[in-house]
Amino acid sequence: MVTFQFIPYYEIEPLGSAKRVNKILNIVKNNKIVIMEGKLSKQEEADLIEITMEEIKPNFTGIELSVINPEKNKLDGFQKLKHSLVNMLVGDRQGLTIIGPASVVKKIVNNPQKIELFTQEMNGKKSPAKRRKRRK
Amino acid sequence: MAVRKFFKKILKLLSLNDLFKKKSHVKLGLYGPPNGGKSTLANRVCQDWLGEEMSSVSHIAHETREIVIKEQVNIKNDKGKEITFSLVDTPGIATKIDYEDFLKRGIKKTEAKKRAKEATKGVIDSIKWLDDMDAVVVVLDSTKDPYSQVNITIIGNLQAREIPVLIAANKVDLKKSNIDLIKAAFPQYEIVGISAKYGKNFDDFYDKLVDFAS
Repeated sequence: MVTFQFIPYYEIEPLGSAKRVNKILNIVKNNKIVIMEGKLSKQEEADLIEITMEEIKPNFTGIELSVINPEKNKLDGFQKLKHSLVNMLVGDRQGLTIIGPASVVKKIVNNPQKIELFTQEMNGKKSPAKRRKRRK
Repeated sequence: MAVRKFFKKILKLLSLNDLFKKKSHVKLGLYGPPNGGKSTLANRVCQDWLGEEMSSVSHIAHETREIVIKEQVNIKNDKGKEITFSLVDTPGIATKIDYEDFLKRGIKKTEAKKRAKEATKGVIDSIKWLDDMDAVVVVLDSTKDPYSQVNITIIGNLQAREIPVLIAANKVDLKKSNIDLIKAAFPQYEIVGISAKYGKNFDDFYDKLVDFAS
């Protein structure tokens, strides 16, 4: 069984970088796949990798991570302005972040058209667990 | 670390960095995921310009588990423009390391566990060293999917630190190589297709390297 845990933006917004990263990692270490509204900053992503490396043990081999971004270059000038204003008012909650334990998630393939999440099976073979089309 | 970053930013703002930093002290980092060919590229550059090798290479991922530095590498392009830098070969950045993967490559259990431990430390060191780089060549395996989050995180962090980036799309000698996919994934960067193993397209690579790092 694969368990997904959703983290809404309001749960991580008040947290500092270290607490955000720790919150995510604690869930992932419990063999759950995190689906987080919004995304981490680039520095936080690097911190997440760094802390993950520090935590690696035989029963925790790391994480699989993927960030789904809205394609900003497809927005026109007015839409970009609107998005910037919304970000200023309510925070940058655009995008979606998927983070899973490497023992559960074999691979996340993220190309512009679709996202595929492959889970580990008991025999070690990978199988597509979830397929979703990205909104254009 | 925060104080160091602060002063680095102040120096950058006041443009005093250039007064104190000679071109010969430019640190050029080779970054990328494991097995992209960073060490093969480092060896090619050192062979071409110093006549000696720099790092050991292997088909097994995480062969480079420590930062390796070669000082005073001087390269010149066809136009006579030259640059001297310290070449920094870094361990590949990954989000997972499983010692069992080393077992599958025929490495014994004790050695595999040791390698995995060293590899995790190597990843941490690579990330820590990002702040010290003046310019970075991101080495990507052009036969693989460029949209991996590790690639995006590395390039995003370099961009956030305003470090110049040149992408080397390596392994163009292989049939599965697809530079266009890398160009589509990172359209804002200069991308040069190379084969570090066979020295293919290195005139173009050195030309671009001198231009972007000087």
